[in-house]
Amino acid sequence: MTETANIHIRGGRLLDPASGTDEELDLFLGEGRVLAIGEAPAGFQAHQVIDASGQVVCPGLIDLGVYLREPGFEHKATIASETRAAARGGITTLVCMPETDPVIDTPATWELIRRRAKACGNARVLAVGALTQRLAGEQLAEMAALKAAGCVAVSNGRHRLANTLVARRAMEYASTFDLPLVLCSEDPHLKANGCVHEGAIATRLGLPGIPSAAETVAVARDLALTEHTGSRSHFHTLSTGRAIEMIAQARRGNRRLSADVAIHQLFLQESDVDGFRAECHVDPPLRTLGDRDRLRQALGEGHIDVICSDHQPHEADAKREPFPATAPGISGLETLLPLTLRLVEEGVLTLPHAIACLTANPAAVLNLPLGRLEPGGSADVCIFDPEAVWEFSAEKMASAGRNTPFDGWEFRGRVTCTLFEGRITYRPET
Amino acid sequence: MKHDLQLNQAGELRHFLTIEGLRRPHLEQILDIAESFAALPGRQVKKVPLLRGRIITNLFFENSTRTRTTFELAAKLLSADVINFNVGVSATSKGETLLDTLRNLEAMHSDMFVVRHSHSGAAHFIARHVNPGVSVINAGDGWHAHPTQAVLDMFTIRKHKGDFTPLRVAIVGDIQHSRVARSQIMALNTLGVTEVRVIAPCTLLPAEARSLGVHVYHDLETGLEEVDVVIMLRLQRERMDGALLPSAHEYFQLYGLTEKRLQRARPDAIVMHPGPINRGVEIASEVADGSRSVILQQVSYGIAVRMAVMSLTLGARAGEQRG
Repeated sequence: MTETANIHIRGGRLLDPASGTDEELDLFLGEGRVLAIGEAPAGFQAHQVIDASGQVVCPGLIDLGVYLREPGFEHKATIASETRAAARGGITTLVCMPETDPVIDTPATWELIRRRAKACGNARVLAVGALTQRLAGEQLAEMAALKAAGCVAVSNGRHRLANTLVARRAMEYASTFDLPLVLCSEDPHLKANGCVHEGAIATRLGLPGIPSAAETVAVARDLALTEHTGSRSHFHTLSTGRAIEMIAQARRGNRRLSADVAIHQLFLQESDVDGFRAECHVDPPLRTLGDRDRLRQALGEGHIDVICSDHQPHEADAKREPFPATAPGISGLETLLPLTLRLVEEGVLTLPHAIACLTANPAAVLNLPLGRLEPGGSADVCIFDPEAVWEFSAEKMASAGRNTPFDGWEFRGRVTCTLFEGRITYRPET
Repeated sequence: MKHDLQLNQAGELRHFLTIEGLRRPHLEQILDIAESFAALPGRQVKKVPLLRGRIITNLFFENSTRTRTTFELAAKLLSADVINFNVGVSATSKGETLLDTLRNLEAMHSDMFVVRHSHSGAAHFIARHVNPGVSVINAGDGWHAHPTQAVLDMFTIRKHKGDFTPLRVAIVGDIQHSRVARSQIMALNTLGVTEVRVIAPCTLLPAEARSLGVHVYHDLETGLEEVDVVIMLRLQRERMDGALLPSAHEYFQLYGLTEKRLQRARPDAIVMHPGPINRGVEIASEVADGSRSVILQQVSYGIAVRMAVMSLTLGARAGEQRG
């Protein structure tokens, strides 16, 4: 298939939250772009027709905050393996975090990632540059250079900033260039060597706990610094109900604040680690049922804008240790959409709202001209069958990381076709 | 969907990893068997041929001469062959993973691993990965569990008090970092005591202590009122460094067990300690050496209890093979 192929997606329910479209409309693609919606443009000749009747046609998903592991951790995953997994999950844009080795604190590392991703061609890879050099939390990274090279935001990732003065300066400097900040707010001292939520399960299993206050203290600090510096702050992978309440309150005075949640936080809770289940070891930890419910509610009310996978693929050995020694994280690209559709099924979100959390909203947070279907825009499309019932199997994952707690879960709704820049990047054999 | 790793299909112990999930008859069975090994007062435990030809590997990732020795002695009194493997100084320092170490030792045809490790959940992890014919006994994992210690403490209590149901038991000290305390609390509640109390400052209590089924006291004297059993926990020296406590001196002032404070307990109360004791930190010498202290009995009962656990778990194996 060449980039100039004309594709006619016929008979689907076109769902584009950015424009408020939700009706049966045909979609016409050509030269890697959306050519028209509804009626074919004059002289359009389809090289390929995709029958989408009974299916939902929406913008390709944007996953805000993933770990592709390359360069530096190719034993866990590679750009090639993870962009394939993304295509299978209906994701066309991956926003990768700076924690590669070397870290993305210079344009050179980003350029390497960009070229490899381009060569793979399965998804768009964008980068969050480092906030501080080597993520060490001491010296600011060359953010202007990172922005010029194409980094869409800056973050210190999971290397939390212990020094409040450095945090302030980094936020001030980033706001000089109007660079969005992706904040994984957690107090490293309160976290210490904790590996699970500090609650009843940690008490019973004798596991070092991470108190909710590790998040709320850091979110409070970062909210205060955001107010002080006027930075564009995006709070990434929140886990506590209390933190989201503080953010909801702060948003009333600051429209540029935004927040996301990792999809697993909306389905799992602290008791899921019982029996020392390493596949449920995540950072931040799974919290209480009350937290889970408050996160769901905040999502429904719009205080959380974005759902992400917090994709962290690992080699099998990383989870084959006694619980505290295992690496945190879930390989989540392929369960992002199925789990989000389950939120719709459970009445947490409407379908258009759910799709917005995976498309238009992350695009808005990062100021990207993506996540929408409009003539002239990139032909990034996800088509899924909302009624297909299937069982998710870790063994069959495309990601190099099979670390998932959702093995064996039954889902309703399955990707049937993914198009990136007008090319089909995933279509299951039937 | 909690499949109990340590029980076989017949509900018998195939591993001994934690007290959690065990029922009263399980614990009573271990106590009764231990009783038969320890039967003759004043005499040494007799050597029996129950585990002749079996190989038991002590797999210690944390140093502990005394616990390892009691397991070794228990195994030898059951006529098993014992291999001591101190992993702290061999494999992991060469970068071998825990699973690699385990596979290597399995290749030596061990029937049982007695495991101590600094990570909570290590014994569960090993039990999940050993060959089906092998038993795992948890000799202490992180802050999680030390079930043989808890059972020998129950054995000691039963020796002195008989029935568990009317008892009030106070556990004093560093509950948060104590695998012994977690296992004791579960064992006491399983055996149906009237009340378990924990007595400690807030910094040494787990986040949700009450969820363990205990009453929480911060004042030692109030907490000791009317108790039948006082269990003192060892205070690790390193707790002084992490801003958990101001000083050993203040700790002893508030939580050290003295004769005077012990007056608050019932007149026939016994004093226990899993050892090794810190004289003048958590317990005064006059109490440790006093008439109500049963600390040294605990050590000798430990051998009979470990014999019971070893023979039971390997017996359940034999049952599985027959069935």
